[in-house]
Amino acid sequence: MRWLWVLILLLPSLATAYEAQPLADNPQVEARLKTLAVELRCLVCQNQTLADSNAPLAEDLRREVREMIAKGMSDREIIDFLVQRYGDFVLYRPPWKASTTLLWLGPFLLLIAGATGLVFALRRRQKKLADVTLSEAEHNRVAQLLSEGDNRP
Amino acid sequence: MNRFLIPFGLFVVVVGFLAVGLTLNPRELPSPLVGKAAPDFSLPQLHDPGKVISSNDLKGKVWLLNFWASWCGGCKDEHPVLIHLAQSGAVPIYGMDYKDQREEALTWLKEWGNPYPVVAVDESGRVGINYGVYGVPETYVIDKQGIIRYKQIGPLRRDILEKKILPLVKELQNQ
Repeated sequence: MRWLWVLILLLPSLATAYEAQPLADNPQVEARLKTLAVELRCLVCQNQTLADSNAPLAEDLRREVREMIAKGMSDREIIDFLVQRYGDFVLYRPPWKASTTLLWLGPFLLLIAGATGLVFALRRRQKKLADVTLSEAEHNRVAQLLSEGDNRP
Repeated sequence: MNRFLIPFGLFVVVVGFLAVGLTLNPRELPSPLVGKAAPDFSLPQLHDPGKVISSNDLKGKVWLLNFWASWCGGCKDEHPVLIHLAQSGAVPIYGMDYKDQREEALTWLKEWGNPYPVVAVDESGRVGINYGVYGVPETYVIDKQGIIRYKQIGPLRRDILEKKILPLVKELQNQ
């Protein structure tokens, strides 16, 4: 019985682990591909980056980018290559253009509008609070209530 | 009164944006290639792999380039439209068999009919990348000078054919 246990406990030692194979032979190419691929959108599954996606097109595009890196093209040139074919949509950071002004400024405009609204609302509320005046009797009553509160065990 | 008018106004604006957003198709991206020269290709032919079809052979006439594959569901949907167009003889449709198996592509054409005078084989998908293809079927209208004039993303429908493609083809042919 005991030898069976020993055997079972030793069984996992038969399993050997390997380090994940890098996709290209050259780790430098792979590192550049990684930094580029997170900036690029997979056009099939539109909310994934080129790095995340398993779509066949994403695989092809990674292969293409890998080859361009190997050819010694700069990041700028590689991105231009893709933008020429797929448009700005392929970029996760859209460029600053007339058509993207609202996209870039919109959040700030909303923030300014919200902050302005908040300031006005707070001012109005403050004015309302300041307008309340207490009579002598009310004042005494408040003082009495507060002192009662203090005496409570 | 004012208290309800402002939130209500905002509500209407948001609903307006969402309503417009619902009618848009996020899969249809404007192609930056429209108005630019169609990328060159030189590829083996599907029916005769020894022969080459090149985009240069097609200069001087208006033609359609249709990316398809036997594994693509939308291609089957548009296939009757392509057959109809081919039979009318209005414009030649050149096929681009995109990332496909040769045997399966041939069987597919035998089964459903072949609207193409010639089918090029883009096995690696490289020509597809040059054309900015991201989902088959996609169809390009290319003019006599080899400029892309229109790109149809997704299956061709009868109404798109009649309203957009045929008038455009006629106009380009008369140039």
